[in-house]
Amino acid sequence: MSRYALRVTALAAALGLWQLLTSLDVDLWLRFSQFPTVTDVARTFADRLAGPDYWTDLTDSLTRIVTGFVLAAVLGVAVGVLVARSPLAEDLLGPLLEVVRPIPAIALVPVAILLFPSNEQGIVFITFTAAFFPVLVSTRHAVRALTPVWEEAVLTMGGGRWRVLGSVVLPGALPGIFGGLSVGIGVSWICVISAEMISGQYGVGYRTWQDYTVVDYPGVFVGMVTIGVLGWLTSTAVELLGRRLTHWLPRTSPVSAARPTPARPLAASPVPRPSGNKEARDEHLV
Amino acid sequence: MSTSSDTEPALRPTPHLAGGIGLTLRAATLGRPTAPVLSDVDLDIAPGEILTVVGPSGCGKSTLLRTLAGLLSPLAGQIARDGQPLAGPSAERALVFQEDALLPWRTLRANVELPLAVRRVPRSQRRLQAEQWLARVGLADLARQLPHRVSGGQRQRAQLARALAGAPRAVLMDEPFGALDAQTRSGMQDLLVEVLHGTGATVVFVTHDVDEALFLGDRVALLGNGRLTAVRDVPRPRDRTAHDDPARVALRREVLSSLGT
Repeated sequence: MSRYALRVTALAAALGLWQLLTSLDVDLWLRFSQFPTVTDVARTFADRLAGPDYWTDLTDSLTRIVTGFVLAAVLGVAVGVLVARSPLAEDLLGPLLEVVRPIPAIALVPVAILLFPSNEQGIVFITFTAAFFPVLVSTRHAVRALTPVWEEAVLTMGGGRWRVLGSVVLPGALPGIFGGLSVGIGVSWICVISAEMISGQYGVGYRTWQDYTVVDYPGVFVGMVTIGVLGWLTSTAVELLGRRLTHWLPRTSPVSAARPTPARPLAASPVPRPSGNKEARDEHLV
Repeated sequence: MSTSSDTEPALRPTPHLAGGIGLTLRAATLGRPTAPVLSDVDLDIAPGEILTVVGPSGCGKSTLLRTLAGLLSPLAGQIARDGQPLAGPSAERALVFQEDALLPWRTLRANVELPLAVRRVPRSQRRLQAEQWLARVGLADLARQLPHRVSGGQRQRAQLARALAGAPRAVLMDEPFGALDAQTRSGMQDLLVEVLHGTGATVVFVTHDVDEALFLGDRVALLGNGRLTAVRDVPRPRDRTAHDDPARVALRREVLSSLGT
């Protein structure tokens, strides 16, 4: 509880400093005189929340990022597994992927404009490309790093390739895949906002750029805060999902400083300890 | 074994029910294509026997086992089960590994259920059989624990349960107790003898521990210098009191000297 208090205090202190610097028009090399104050931004924010455009922008941006990100997650995992498991796929796709990968997704705006009939699809395409490569690369690494005996064990149970894929490859690579998804959601936000600034109609990035061109600085800050909060919420969602799906990973307890970590059971101890040895949940992924 | 023998008729293509299979290697060269490790191997493993394999590390014990499992093909020569050429891994030949072969995201019970799921045993049956197997290896209370929550010895017991749950006709064991301390190890040997009793499964047991090899094996095979150097009958196998039997002592000396060279 006290840790939450600390976090709220830190945030409040940062806002307080901002308010102080801007309301006093401090100009010490860094110039805060043109900066909107916290109260200006808050007032604009309240006005925007009451208007219809804010929510349209919000849902537009969220729709774009969720669509692009989900596509990237599915295809990134699929192609990553394929490339890691099949030498033929690696030879066919590997060089192409390696050449496309270093191109920043936002540099694909001309390609998106040429390829897609509408701006909307172009923005989703750019968001997709941004998240696709981190997911692909981390999946490929995670699949290659799997312990070979897991696969051998399933093969000697009579399991075929689909059984190996479903029972060993995908669950075993999941921790690595979620590493890629966490990176991917971050890059996706950068690209969806940039793409909206360049070519969007509605969307948080579009609105922020519009406000800048009409010299509405408090509006720009409302856009930034919105992006920050949305980014934080989506990456937390990815993080929580990842933690839930990989709950089996041996983890050191985050509260180990507050109370002693329970020791692992001794070889001789026949029953689980009541405190430290929480039983694993019964439902399984696979 | 009554728990699983009546559920999977497809696993028993031969008219004689259950029992072990015989495995045969003829003039076989084993290893990976770029690195053959054993050559000219002639070996007959009789149905239902326990054959232990000893040899210095790197001599090809694991390669032999993986070839028998069907994970590796012989580079030359033939391999057969009950006289038929052997092609690829199958549920009739289960492999037990040294350590960390349980899937860490599955509870012990879910690990034991896996071979049953592969054989399409219905879910409720699966759970029941897995729990019976875990009880047989003394892990009934830990069925819902994740592998990293239990000790190394308990993990190996769970692996044994998982291998036997699939009702294999041969169990291939790759230094399964190698990472355990001496006391846990001898307990595991007794447990192995006990749970194998009545399955009739053929066992090939690889170890670097001579005493373990002589306790468990009906016969012991010696590997060294890229060859199968000898196969000896073990006097009074699985008898803890036989360690000072003169015939056993002589064999032990022979095995040790073959390992030394």
